[in-house]
Amino acid sequence: MSDNAESPTETQKEESQPPTDDSTTNEEKKKSDLKIDVLLKAVGDTPIMKTKKWAVDRGRTLQSLSQFISRFLKLDANEQLFIYVNQSFAPSPDQDVGVLFDCFGSDGKLVLHYCKSQAWG
Amino acid sequence: MADDKDVLRDVWFGRIPTSFTLNQDEVTEREAEPYYLLLPRVSYLTLVTDKVKKHFLKVMRAEDVEEMWFEYEGTPLKWHYPIGVLFDLHASNTVLPWSITVHFKNFPDSDLLHCPSSSVVEAHFMSSIKEADALKHKSQVVNDMQKKDHKQLWMGLQNDKFDQFWAMNRKLMEYPTEEGGFRYIPFRIYQTMSDRPFIQRLFRPVSPEGNVHTLGDLMKEMDPAALPNDGEPKRYQVVIHGIEPLLETPLQWLSEHLSHPDNFLHICESHNPPSPVLSSVYISTPPTTTPPLLLSEDLFIGREG
Repeated sequence: MSDNAESPTETQKEESQPPTDDSTTNEEKKKSDLKIDVLLKAVGDTPIMKTKKWAVDRGRTLQSLSQFISRFLKLDANEQLFIYVNQSFAPSPDQDVGVLFDCFGSDGKLVLHYCKSQAWG
Repeated sequence: MADDKDVLRDVWFGRIPTSFTLNQDEVTEREAEPYYLLLPRVSYLTLVTDKVKKHFLKVMRAEDVEEMWFEYEGTPLKWHYPIGVLFDLHASNTVLPWSITVHFKNFPDSDLLHCPSSSVVEAHFMSSIKEADALKHKSQVVNDMQKKDHKQLWMGLQNDKFDQFWAMNRKLMEYPTEEGGFRYIPFRIYQTMSDRPFIQRLFRPVSPEGNVHTLGDLMKEMDPAALPNDGEPKRYQVVIHGIEPLLETPLQWLSEHLSHPDNFLHICESHNPPSPVLSSVYISTPPTTTPPLLLSEDLFIGREG
């Protein structure tokens, strides 16, 4: 990511956590309860992301996640992005990923499919 | 139980008398009269307010009109929540009619989703039904339906056709008898005093020991503070469709009968008691009919004090 882009709060799983402004030491905290693992998969001709697995704040909304993906993929501002759960439904953009993880996560992660056009119903 | 079908009808035809007033900062060519409507509790604001829009556009110039949005006492109203939920959450103490302010500019992007057409409502509605069925039947029922069946659910809601909707929706309400209910109950708990949108987690209608889970069991699990300790006065009200169902009501029954058309049981937790004057208007049935089993009698007799 370029330095001038707004830095996303997600951290790549494989890398160490970047320093944050809270005083607790991050090394000890393996994974905060406040973060969940999200696996992002592209559908159709939507570009893939090299890093698929992200630790995301539970309270992050789908809208904010979608903006992050759009920025990451350098999509045009007018290009839409649809995010699906279970390859079936597109929750409303103000939904927390934490809620979706609690209800539809499996094996410790939430799988989300993203697509530039409407992929499912 | 023969009476239970009446509950579906009462829920569907629940109405809230509402007055729409144009925000006073809007530029008009002449004074805008308020507009009155009976809003269906189970529908969505942007789906039932074409007439409101038309009414106010008559006194406005086209260049002063942007996307219409609604506000109640400073709170922007989310069109993607069912109307009844908005009322129970924000306005349960109001005197009727519910006074909603209509805006045509300064759309609050951070609070509301845009809704340029009814197809956006349709997509939201169908997505909710699919999400609910993922919880209830691992999506099997909704996936077995055809495109026209999905359309029937939507058209039923859009055109306020109870029979059309329920002819299809009852399939989404079926479950194997031996399992005693859905896999999980699709519910959302909204809290007046919280900045989180809602609580939604996995919860089964029957415990591993085979006991039927009740509304009280759900509330105890999701938000223990909602229920009073022994001897304490009630701090919160647990409201569905404007009434307080008894906490002993089986959750599966509530899910089948008091869910919104999107197949979710929307539960509002509010601090303030609704004013007694509202008791008879929550559901359109006159108070003389037999109360549905297991529902709180508050609906029909008003409350103490």
